[in-house]
Amino acid sequence: MSEPRTLAPPERRIAQVSGVERLGAYELITALDSSGPTDPRPGQFYMLAAEEGWGGGGDERPYLPRAFSYARARVEDDGIALSFLLEAVGPGTQRLAELAPDEGLALLGPLGVGFRPPADGTRALLVGGGIGAAPLLCWEEELAAEAQSAGADGPPAVLLGFRSAAHAQAAALFAAEPQVVTDDGSVGGRALVTELLAAELDADANATVYACGPPAMLEAVRSLCSEHDVPAQLAMESGMACGFGACFGCVVPTRTGYVRLCVDGPVLDGDLLEEVL
Amino acid sequence: MIELCGVPLRGPVLNGSGTFDAIAARRAFGDALLERFPFHAFVSKTITLAPREGNPPPRLWETPAGLINSIGLPNKGLHGFLESDLPDLALLPVPLVVSVMGFSREELAELAAAVGERDEVAMLELNVSCPNVETGLIMGADPTETALAVERVRSRTSKPLIVKLTPNATDPAAVAAAAQDAGADAVSLVNTLKGMALHPRTGEPWLGGGTGGVSGPAIRAVALEQVAAVASAVEVPVIGMGGISTGRHAADFLAAGATVVAIGTESFRDPAVGHRIAAELEALSLGGSTRAPASTTV
Repeated sequence: MSEPRTLAPPERRIAQVSGVERLGAYELITALDSSGPTDPRPGQFYMLAAEEGWGGGGDERPYLPRAFSYARARVEDDGIALSFLLEAVGPGTQRLAELAPDEGLALLGPLGVGFRPPADGTRALLVGGGIGAAPLLCWEEELAAEAQSAGADGPPAVLLGFRSAAHAQAAALFAAEPQVVTDDGSVGGRALVTELLAAELDADANATVYACGPPAMLEAVRSLCSEHDVPAQLAMESGMACGFGACFGCVVPTRTGYVRLCVDGPVLDGDLLEEVL
Repeated sequence: MIELCGVPLRGPVLNGSGTFDAIAARRAFGDALLERFPFHAFVSKTITLAPREGNPPPRLWETPAGLINSIGLPNKGLHGFLESDLPDLALLPVPLVVSVMGFSREELAELAAAVGERDEVAMLELNVSCPNVETGLIMGADPTETALAVERVRSRTSKPLIVKLTPNATDPAAVAAAAQDAGADAVSLVNTLKGMALHPRTGEPWLGGGTGGVSGPAIRAVALEQVAAVASAVEVPVIGMGGISTGRHAADFLAAGATVVAIGTESFRDPAVGHRIAAELEALSLGGSTRAPASTTV
């Protein structure tokens, strides 16, 4: 199996924003990319910036583009409609969240390596924390389509944890009925998503786990999977200036030294990590 | 076609050392990178004698119109570079400049000799923005230190030598003149300016390395002044850089006395920006207006 990496054109291009959907605390921005590849792999990411008005926000920023895994990709007649889930938490995400239809979205990608298929004979368990639900959306879709064409059972199990009910609205994007918990108990139980994962693994550890979320959650997932001897693929995040290996800024420590998440990740095997910091 | 230290270049746009990894970029972009290579010469990341892991993260902090980095020169060391990186870099469609740094004059000379004897290497760049462990002084901050280092290297290689100047010196023009008199064939500037950022909650240094180097448009005015000062103090070619993000900025650096320019942080925003800047520069020179000031509008 070759590595799940679709190559990017070696230049930034402009996609036209075609849709902006408010989902509680999040925005789902969709843009038509008419000159990029139409087959990005789930887990890959794009570097995003607004074509206009990038800079001069809070603290006279943003300056650099921001990295986002794509949440959905739909092939259309004139390109591919890419959707990104984002929450306005700083000057970059604030500007992206303000994008309106017909504005330009500057993008570079797809970048990095995505998710690999489940280990033979195992079921896929998707575990998301907050905005980490994004790359799991397109992965759920692909796994479900493959399962259907293979005549197997329905979509993979999806476990999601959110801060609040406003954030939990992102769960509605999934095709399956995800199990949802929240920090404040406003949706589902008041629990951590890793408690759901522990229950699933205790019931049936014949699984491959795919996880994306904050570092503490990923560390709990890594540790649980390690205890259950279950393979885990973790989609990680790190501050990035370029996204294509130039700046060496996005390194994370692994058992074999620092690796650049942008070219060696963002999806890393849990086994590769001593600890998610 | 232009010429830099006797090496023909198809245009005047280089990359700054450490701001583009052609090997990693080829993993992301495939052979399209080679077909549309964005620079007219490629400057490698700095290599050191021993391998280096680099600084602990976090390594980046965004500033207004710029970036502070604290990367710490991760590299495979001389042997790793010669064995695994140089063959890939030799495939690039442009001349190769290899950047080297040593923690003593002898180490620097040893690196320059080993790299300089390779036919794939067109030029060497000496990164002198590090402390000399023998004297405790930053080599490039002091004219005498710089001259002694360049003399030692000069005696060990006949390849063109570029000295990368640090802006964190009292008098960069004096350092440039000392480098020239010691045998440098060109100087390049500016390297990053020292900077730091504090963690918004703890007040402790944000960067894993404590302090870092500031780059990007935020430092362009500082860089332009230093390029002008250096260009008027030396006869050798000057490679000008520091926050260049348009052809107009590049034209300013050329007007200030640079022979060619280099792009750094702007490539992080768009890997193809070298093409755009070269095209914009071309359009400006066809219009006969490369010397018109860029920043007169308010």
